[in-house]
Amino acid sequence: MSDPNPNLAAAAAMATEVPQAAALGFQMVSAANARGVMHAPWREDLVGDPETGVIASGVVTSLLDHCCGMAITAATGERRPTATLDLRIDYMRPAAPRAGVTVEAHCYHMTRSIAFVRAHAWDADPADPIATAQAAFMLAGPVGPGTGGAA
Amino acid sequence: MTPEDHLRAFLARAPYIRFLGMTAELAGDELTGILPFSPHLIGNTMLPALHGGVIGGFLEMTALAPLAVTQSTPRVHKTIDVTIEYLRPGRAMTTYARADLRKVGRRIANVHVEAWQEARSQPIAALRGHFMLAED
Repeated sequence: MSDPNPNLAAAAAMATEVPQAAALGFQMVSAANARGVMHAPWREDLVGDPETGVIASGVVTSLLDHCCGMAITAATGERRPTATLDLRIDYMRPAAPRAGVTVEAHCYHMTRSIAFVRAHAWDADPADPIATAQAAFMLAGPVGPGTGGAA
Repeated sequence: MTPEDHLRAFLARAPYIRFLGMTAELAGDELTGILPFSPHLIGNTMLPALHGGVIGGFLEMTALAPLAVTQSTPRVHKTIDVTIEYLRPGRAMTTYARADLRKVGRRIANVHVEAWQEARSQPIAALRGHFMLAED
């Protein structure tokens, strides 16, 4: 159950330093056992509809994509470059006005080159999601001859 | 209101669109979403490449823009689901996108969007989505 790996925590925390993640104020909550949890606080400039004050779905898209990457880091134990192949998002309901969003992603299967990840997003209660997602990622191989280029 | 007015109102309405720095242009009934490059959009500093979520958000806004022009109401159309396919890395340059309203029903619209950078024949990403049309 427990996975107290300080190197993994450090690797996962680096995910918040990516420019887009930093611009959106992403915070790492946890990374262990092929799961990652991240939070995006509500901010006035990230609102999608000023009439309701609900955070934009694009922010949720970024958080889902980013947290899936962190779940892969939590599964492999290292930061490997990944490229998103596809990302499917279902929006159950809008987030509450002026509420931040939290995402948990689970890398439930991995081959040598592909990672499969599911994620869900919520505002107050994990059991009452605002969105669910399913994604596939390409993993860059270990650095060596003829590898490392994303195409 | 003219179509241009509806588009301007759509772009001005959401703070998130300003956060992205997105604009859009109308040429007749053809709408092109435009996302100028900015450092805060980067998701991979090594390539460098645009964040997958940025591309997804830009595609989704480009899907909603023509709906705001043709199905104008004071209320906002809501995204039901989107499937985003990533075809090439989004480089540190301006990205363009164009939406195809595949079906606009009474309550639901199905929209396909494709994004490109240097050449339209080499798309970097595509989106298919369903949107719930707001009622007046």
